[in-house]
Amino acid sequence: MAVTSDIAVTPEPEVITARRPAGALLRSSLRLWRTRIGVALVVLLVVVALFGPFFAPHGPTDFVGAPNTGPSDAARFGTDHIGQDVWSRFLWGGREVLGMAVAATAIGLILGGLIGLVAAYSRNILDDVLMRAMDVILAFPQIMLALVAIATVGPKTWLLVLTVGLTTMPRVARVARGAAQPIVERDFVAAAEALGVPRLRILVGEVMPNTLSPLLVEVNLRLTYSIGLIAGLAFLGFAPNPNGADWGFMIQENRLALVQQPWGVVLPVVAIALLTIGTGLVGDGIARAAVGIDRSRGGE
Amino acid sequence: MSTPAPALVVTGLRVTLRGTDTDIVDEVSFSIQPGEVLGLVGESGSGKTTAGLALLGHTRRGAEISAGSVLVGDRDILKLGLGELRRIRGSVVSYVPQDPAASLNPALRIGTQVMEVLETHSFGADQTERRDRIAEMMREVALPDAPAYLRRYPHELSGGQQQRIGLAMAFACRPRVIVLDEPTTGLDVTTQAHVLGTVRELAALHGAAALYVSHDLAVVGTLAARVAVMYAGRIVELGSADELFRSAAHPYTRRLVAAIPHLSGRRALVGIPGRAPSPGSRPKGCFFAARCTLVQPACEEAQPDLRMVGDQHSVRCIRAEEVIGQAVLASGAADEIAAGAAGEAVLSLRGVHAGYGELTVVHDVNLEVAPRECLALVGESGSGKTTLARSIAGLHHQRTGEILLRGTPLAASSRGRPREARRDIQYVFQNPYGSLNPRRTVGQIIRQPIELFGGVERPDAAVAEMLDRVALGGRYADRYPDQLSGGERQRVAIARALVCRPSVLVCDEVTSALDVSVQAAIVELLAGLQRDLGLAMLFVTHNLPLVRSIAGRVAVMSTGRIVEMGVVEHVLRAPSDEYTRRLLSDTPSLETATA
Repeated sequence: MAVTSDIAVTPEPEVITARRPAGALLRSSLRLWRTRIGVALVVLLVVVALFGPFFAPHGPTDFVGAPNTGPSDAARFGTDHIGQDVWSRFLWGGREVLGMAVAATAIGLILGGLIGLVAAYSRNILDDVLMRAMDVILAFPQIMLALVAIATVGPKTWLLVLTVGLTTMPRVARVARGAAQPIVERDFVAAAEALGVPRLRILVGEVMPNTLSPLLVEVNLRLTYSIGLIAGLAFLGFAPNPNGADWGFMIQENRLALVQQPWGVVLPVVAIALLTIGTGLVGDGIARAAVGIDRSRGGE
Repeated sequence: MSTPAPALVVTGLRVTLRGTDTDIVDEVSFSIQPGEVLGLVGESGSGKTTAGLALLGHTRRGAEISAGSVLVGDRDILKLGLGELRRIRGSVVSYVPQDPAASLNPALRIGTQVMEVLETHSFGADQTERRDRIAEMMREVALPDAPAYLRRYPHELSGGQQQRIGLAMAFACRPRVIVLDEPTTGLDVTTQAHVLGTVRELAALHGAAALYVSHDLAVVGTLAARVAVMYAGRIVELGSADELFRSAAHPYTRRLVAAIPHLSGRRALVGIPGRAPSPGSRPKGCFFAARCTLVQPACEEAQPDLRMVGDQHSVRCIRAEEVIGQAVLASGAADEIAAGAAGEAVLSLRGVHAGYGELTVVHDVNLEVAPRECLALVGESGSGKTTLARSIAGLHHQRTGEILLRGTPLAASSRGRPREARRDIQYVFQNPYGSLNPRRTVGQIIRQPIELFGGVERPDAAVAEMLDRVALGGRYADRYPDQLSGGERQRVAIARALVCRPSVLVCDEVTSALDVSVQAAIVELLAGLQRDLGLAMLFVTHNLPLVRSIAGRVAVMSTGRIVEMGVVEHVLRAPSDEYTRRLLSDTPSLETATA
């Protein structure tokens, strides 16, 4: 029905894209199969990560047998390099990765979103100062900055979250600024300025709600990257708790016995892959719904 | 029609939404003689562009041509395959789009683009012949034919010149039919007058049948001998321009004509209440019945057929004879508009200059607006009128000189002004599609000034009252802007401006994005509110005839200077400035159309 009115009415003097509220955007994106599959994957992995420990037959650091043995009755997916239960460690190991990735993305989103909006709205030297500062951070690979920070302070959970969050920030800032730039030129912002609405209220009340759609897409993409980065850092040995269960760290521990006992590597790899594919699909689905690709299929 | 064979015959054209039975356009039939210009007039959503594009065998995405025929000579365009269509488009049937800037490739020189058309259709034997043809075309559209000019890029041309290039490209292969889709929208009246003249000459010269699609009845009237009026996807009336303006047989045409502002004779504009039914929600009877004052039960039973009421005059109304019999132009005399300054000026400008960087676009403007007075500020695009209006509202910061509110000088920026001054001067923006935050409800939008300035005891009641005043009603408070039509949005913007009882209202081209019938209703509303609330109003517009319907005094602005200021009657009857005279003579109006 939305399609009907779109075509029937001659184009309005100014065509405004992504005018639909974010809620409607989410709903229309859920009509796409890629979004549905993405949501299903994310939900599955989140459930595993959150509730896995309640179903784990053993503790994450319990020894249940000889190292690197194959699947048996005692250990469904065998044991790892020091004889711990792979299945139990897998069920325990998602919480940390997921929690840290979400926290880091949240930091990146809030700081980056704020900087991007302020830069777009200021339209003066502040814009340049902020965005060039972001460019400086962008110039270094994310993982390198994280490694430098960890090498200096040590692999603390808060530090990992903070560095991943801070290195995510400039990427979000660029998108937020790009999304806000056409909005700050619109007349309703001028109308608020003529009334003398305080700047912060214009930013939060008038500009921000109109940038939510592109930010929603960006958040999913950044979450995907954060998961990969945190798992990657753990693989490199920078996990906050070296003995604790962690999907990234599990891959590193068990990779030497890959041929002998593949499950210790395969389970966390598949989990990380599915999670990133899932968040990626959700982001892609929202992006497609926002620009109207697949509308005929999506509108069925 | 009469003796010579028509160049174009359209019969029973029907365009539907793809895969459905919902029609956008239906039962469209007309014919055009060689060299004739037929005007196709309708408001937004009437299907006029859809009908125009169908002549090229084209529809917008999601629509399809499901019935009818478009005969050019003895060839039916609608029966051609894609390859054949591609060959005839531009050579047999050509198209001039609305926005010249968007239709020319900014990366290619104009000569290359015109040559492309000729090469695509293998016009002429060799390059020399094509080059000659291009030079000839350039002369015909009154542009220089020098090779240096052809080496320019589109951005080096003015809007009028770009549209002439569009015309040259459309006429390059000497097509038999040409569809012009509002090619002068966005051009200044002077440029528009020249482009319209060129269109008429070219059509006559080449014996091409031209369909001129437009929302502007006055423009069409000056250009076309015959006019078809479209409403809700149907042609409701087809006849000579003269008959349509003087003795229209369809109530819709009557109302449309009454909505057009006149240059001579002050009269109130009368809008058409209600909205045209959109595809899929059209009733089984006459589509105009819901908005018609002459409606009878029979009107709602069946769709009236197009029938002849005169020699070349057909109409889709069962009571056409009664309509013709009615007095011409039902709208009456206007209310008295206060002309002189009634008392102390509430807003005065003294020696105001404004600009952007090095460029000064407003020079030494002095004017005063008294309470209960409406001053119109008229000028073409680029005259600096919007910059001046924004300076008054505190939205344009680079200005010098004094802007005084009741004798107190105001800061350049709205943020530097006291609260009382911000509340007292309100601004209504040109484009209601941009001035309302799409993420807020109408109620929230109108409440914003109340929350900021306070002083209103029951905000909800004030919002409801304001919505009533702008003829929307309280139930609109929960809607979002994208659920409203352009006219309704502009009413919301007016409500937001007036809810805190300002004493000065600045209206910047508030009707230029709207249809004429909606424009009439908005002007009607503003004039009433201005009178009732005793507002001092600055009404900025490029539409000279509109001034008469709302303002007592008028200031004419040209290249940043006020060249003439005075009582509307005097300025329009006996303009003293050369620029005003030229503006007046170039403005298309029904008077010149039917003269």
